Amino acid sequence: MEYKDYYKALGVAREAGQDEIKRAYRKLARKFHPDVSKAADAEKRFKEIGEAYEVLKDPEKRAAYDRIGTGWQEGQEFRPPPGWDAGSAFGGGDFTDASAGHYSDFFEELFGRSGMGRSFHVRRGGMRAKGEDQHARIMINLEDSFNGAVQTIALQLTEVDDTGRLVIRPHTLNVRIPKGIMAGQSIRLAEQGGHGFGGGPRGDLYIEVAFHPHRLFRAEKKDVYLELPVTPWEAALGAAVTVPTLGGRVEMRIPPGSQSGQKLRLKNKGLPGKTAGDQFVVLKVVVPRADTEEAKEIYGKMAAVMPMNPRSDLGV
Amino acid sequence: MARVRDEKFLFQPLTGMVLDDQVRLSLEELCEICDISTETILDMIEEGLLEPHGSGPAEWRFRCYEVRRVHVALRLQQDLRVNLPGAALIIELLEELEELRRRM
Repeated sequence: MEYKDYYKALGVAREAGQDEIKRAYRKLARKFHPDVSKAADAEKRFKEIGEAYEVLKDPEKRAAYDRIGTGWQEGQEFRPPPGWDAGSAFGGGDFTDASAGHYSDFFEELFGRSGMGRSFHVRRGGMRAKGEDQHARIMINLEDSFNGAVQTIALQLTEVDDTGRLVIRPHTLNVRIPKGIMAGQSIRLAEQGGHGFGGGPRGDLYIEVAFHPHRLFRAEKKDVYLELPVTPWEAALGAAVTVPTLGGRVEMRIPPGSQSGQKLRLKNKGLPGKTAGDQFVVLKVVVPRADTEEAKEIYGKMAAVMPMNPRSDLGV
Repeated sequence: MARVRDEKFLFQPLTGMVLDDQVRLSLEELCEICDISTETILDMIEEGLLEPHGSGPAEWRFRCYEVRRVHVALRLQQDLRVNLPGAALIIELLEELEELRRRM
């Protein structure tokens, strides 16, 4: 198992006083709280500082930790010294920081197991607790939302084995992706989370949905956006063009006098639902290259016949 | 919710509840989803953190983002030792920040 440098985790010196340790912990806890922090590794950091504080705030645990010595580096392979007996000294100890869930192997080797993490409470006279809610994120294709789909997701589920130890088991589930689901929405699967204790129900599983980037489309809530390249004459004279949508190709009229950046709406061609989204087609005028004498002549003629200053709004 | 037998899968795919703006939860459902007591919910309503529609507890309907508010409020209280008004203030500021980030 890997050695954990608890002083480093809290950014304090080994000789720091208890007050200093408390201040350092509280400051870091606010900084890395997963609900508050935008840092990608916030959850991991929050657990690390929680574990570090669990040890350093308690003079007995801290003294035991200090006895291991100073010659260790964070992450170094670690074996407890001979004669170390976690069970008698700390087993079943007083674990106050419920948020830490479960601790690292290093912690458990030194101080015993924390038992079950949070959300443990007394109900109907006995010790009975609902399992942990689990949160997962899946990436799906826009087509999966448009058509509905089934996705297989792989999870790690925390369970309590026969000897009362917490074990992490891989677990796969097939989950139905409902039609019209939007990025950022969650699917709640009741009682598919962590196992309960003392006959308590399982926790729930929340799956947050995000979309893979799509080659053509971009979704904003229920609406789908597509950039459509058109020629200058299609934009100027109007045209009927074929446009891809998530539901297949459709014919669309480009009105005469259209401009680059103009947004045309295909009603109800977005993601489906009680109120379906629309598809917005954003025109992008593509200018043909003037790579023949004849083409150059035509551009020259246009300049002569239809002079314009597209920069008049800029005051130049 | 439709549970159509799908021959392609050895195990039946699970159908969940999508937490979107359409869904309205009763007081009982909210308590069950969040695994907390009615009193805790009442405290959060008192604080203005939750704003159910409906005239009384039996008719109250909560929206799905309120599930998230409850979860965050519980975690903040547990992890950062703030009280409920403090948690409510943090949540308000976080939501405002999120909104500003989205618009950026």
